[in-house]
Amino acid sequence: MIWQIPFLVTVVLLAIGLYMCLMKRNVIKIIMGISIMEAGVNLFLVALGYRDGGIAPIFTQASEGTMVMPTTQALTLTSIVIGLATTALMLAFAVMIHRRYGTLDVRKMRRLKG
Amino acid sequence: MSFLDTHGAILTIIVPLFAAFLMPLLGKLSQKAPRFLAAGALALSSALAIRLAIQVWDSGTIVYTLGSATGTIFRIQLIVDGMGIFMALIMAIVSLAVAIYSWSNIDRYTGQEKYYALLLLVTVGSYGMVLTGDMFNLFVFFEISSISLCGLVAFRSQRGESFEAAFKYMLYSTISGVMILFAIGIFYGQYGLLHMVGISNAMAVNGSTMLDKIALGLLATVFAMKAGSVPMHMTTPDAYGEAPAGITALFVAASQAGLYALFRTGFTIYSSGMNMTTLGWVLIVLGVLSMFIGVTMALVQSDIKRLMAYHAISQTGYMLLGVGVGMAVMADPVLMAQYGVDAMRGGIFHIINHAMYKGLLFLTAGAIIHRMGTSDLNEMHGLGRNMKWTAIMFILGALAIAGLPPTNGFSSKFIIYESVYQFNPILAVIAMLVSILTLASFVKVFYSAFLGPRPSKPVKEAPASMLLGMGIFSAVIVILSLFPGFIIEKIVDPAVSALVPGVELTPLSSGFFPSTIITGDGFWSVLVFIGAFVSIMIIASLIRSMGNKGFTKRKGMGQPYYFGNRVTASARVSGGNVYWGFLKAMERYYKPVKAEHTGDANDYVAWLLITMAVILAVVVFL
Amino acid sequence: MRPMSKIVQAMACLLYPSIIVFGAYLIVHGHLTPGGGFQGGAVAASAIALMIVAYGSKKYNKTRLSALESTGLVMFISLGLLGLGVAFFHNFLANTGGIFGELVEYGTNLGNLNTAGTIPLMNIAVGLEVVGALGLMMVILAKGPEKGGRV
Repeated sequence: MIWQIPFLVTVVLLAIGLYMCLMKRNVIKIIMGISIMEAGVNLFLVALGYRDGGIAPIFTQASEGTMVMPTTQALTLTSIVIGLATTALMLAFAVMIHRRYGTLDVRKMRRLKG
Repeated sequence: MSFLDTHGAILTIIVPLFAAFLMPLLGKLSQKAPRFLAAGALALSSALAIRLAIQVWDSGTIVYTLGSATGTIFRIQLIVDGMGIFMALIMAIVSLAVAIYSWSNIDRYTGQEKYYALLLLVTVGSYGMVLTGDMFNLFVFFEISSISLCGLVAFRSQRGESFEAAFKYMLYSTISGVMILFAIGIFYGQYGLLHMVGISNAMAVNGSTMLDKIALGLLATVFAMKAGSVPMHMTTPDAYGEAPAGITALFVAASQAGLYALFRTGFTIYSSGMNMTTLGWVLIVLGVLSMFIGVTMALVQSDIKRLMAYHAISQTGYMLLGVGVGMAVMADPVLMAQYGVDAMRGGIFHIINHAMYKGLLFLTAGAIIHRMGTSDLNEMHGLGRNMKWTAIMFILGALAIAGLPPTNGFSSKFIIYESVYQFNPILAVIAMLVSILTLASFVKVFYSAFLGPRPSKPVKEAPASMLLGMGIFSAVIVILSLFPGFIIEKIVDPAVSALVPGVELTPLSSGFFPSTIITGDGFWSVLVFIGAFVSIMIIASLIRSMGNKGFTKRKGMGQPYYFGNRVTASARVSGGNVYWGFLKAMERYYKPVKAEHTGDANDYVAWLLITMAVILAVVVFL
Repeated sequence: MRPMSKIVQAMACLLYPSIIVFGAYLIVHGHLTPGGGFQGGAVAASAIALMIVAYGSKKYNKTRLSALESTGLVMFISLGLLGLGVAFFHNFLANTGGIFGELVEYGTNLGNLNTAGTIPLMNIAVGLEVVGALGLMMVILAKGPEKGGRV
């Protein structure tokens, strides 16, 4: 049962993130929601790589015991880097939108429609 | 094996990547250096891509392993097959034309080195998506292309709207990226593999599990989103409309990389373990929705680039329809041979046709905006008098997108009509109707931009580099138009057989010259059409020559009159009002559909999630 | 962002070198211990964040940070290209005995810095890139949008 907890947390984080993207009107909160979703998926990947009683996957300490999967950790790192880039870019957009529109409310930023 | 034979695949990706990284350093040295570096790097990588294409067509699939001379499925591999190289060829042509076009188009902006660096990164992302054989790299390149495209959408930073569009597109692509990563996690958790062929082989052993189907639902939705399919198209017109014109042409090609990923997921990964009929129908439904809603929304637009963006959505529908029909009948070899293969050929041929003519149309729109300073159709008139070359190339693109013979657009749509009619006549009728509406909408653009009285301030022809960029697209369109049979046999058929291995490909052009297409019931030959066209023209000129020889045109006879008055700019029916009767009659359709395009980011996310939920339910439970 | 008080500035100056050193340690030990280019670069970039908080964002030169970023990226790709004799990203330095080319000992040991071939070099390249990129990002975001300009 204890193994399931990270996956449950993943689902909860994804749900919170999607809820924020769906319901929150402030651009910054939407960006936070996306970051939470990314964190959820990162947790999912790391949890997939866990092996019972595994040690950190370091080659020079490989003598005894099993190791956790290093691949998923590499995937997570890449995903964190990409998440950093997207978050920074979206925050930059938020700053510029605030500058040009004077608001961060998505309901008021609707010049492009139809 | 020469050096380029071995390393051609990775060099195609690395050359623009390296140039993109050099760009900020070079931008410090000189204002003009970035444009030459970008054009040079893209020319080199396009040449490498074409060389790679010839190699793939000659000797089959190329597998390139990164970091090692020996390859296993646990390593990162590039797998270049007929379909991948088909998409890479599109990117090769589009990226080069766009780089040349951008010389003049963004001349008056600062930060050019950033523009070119991002342009190169979009190219890298698209090349990477179509050449890689690994799910995780697909995700990484998807993100590279999405993030760079968002940066480019916001390039015209004096406008607040461009940031709004970039933010909305970014919202979509980031949620999609998270979903792709989730699906990749599902694969890795089950099979311990990221390699597409490896996952496919693992699925073939036990069939697809429930988790696989969930992953399929997620992947299908997000790749359809990247391709710009209805109802996840909401941000596409925003982004296309706000990006600089050259980038919009690149956007089309980069979106088609999403289409490629969709087909690759369906055909290469999943077809080994499950029946693909359901997903095929999902694609067909998405395709029909995209075609119809895209084209009807385009009719009411008055911004030239937004209008074309809705057409891009509508044309994507044809590809989804064609390939979806192929996917739906994939399990049945008889139906597949009867029309499934032809539908796929039509759909895939339409991808390259669409990238070319839509790229050309966006570039002509960019030229108009560059000279006019506005993108509103209601404020344009009479540009055809001074921008002759732009007008001619616009006509070529408009004929092609409307699917009028003898253009390439007709060839691919002809095959789609012929094959889809055998599958389900209603779908073919909708496809033809959409084609008519497309023609109507481009007649409107041509009428309002190029015809009518001279513009009030003098307008010059587009700069030479912009004409050159458009000329590249036009030349490719002419080639594709003149030799459709040859192109399908040489370029499209390898792509079809890469998606459906072992399928029987009966040649379409069994005739005597390479410009003939013979489907089951239909026959289409460019040469016959051109012959008939020329002979009718000769007859018409003969009749004309029988007229009164002494006739001379008097002053004022060539001027347009309307109700006895000279037509002035103010008396002219402006672009937005051309189809008011039709729009009035269709009001009950337009009212709810237009109301759904709210411009509200929350609603857009809701549409994405609803579509995802529906596709997940259909894929998992049917 | 405006500069802060003298106390904060003095403490920031004291902490700055140690943060940079810790970041550099994470970067060069990336092939032996948890860490690596991105993590070390992020730590080192936090020193830049500290300086921005203490002294204001005017202190940093965007051109130099941008040049640092490009240098790291070009170095990374060049290292990949040097392996093209076999394949892109081939580890041509591993087990050659030269720089970073020692053989790795089997069994539990502390690990030798002089191993792993091109991987430490790539870590250094990525570290430079990340310091440059994150620093640039923070400087620009801290400056806020200039009047009429881009972020």
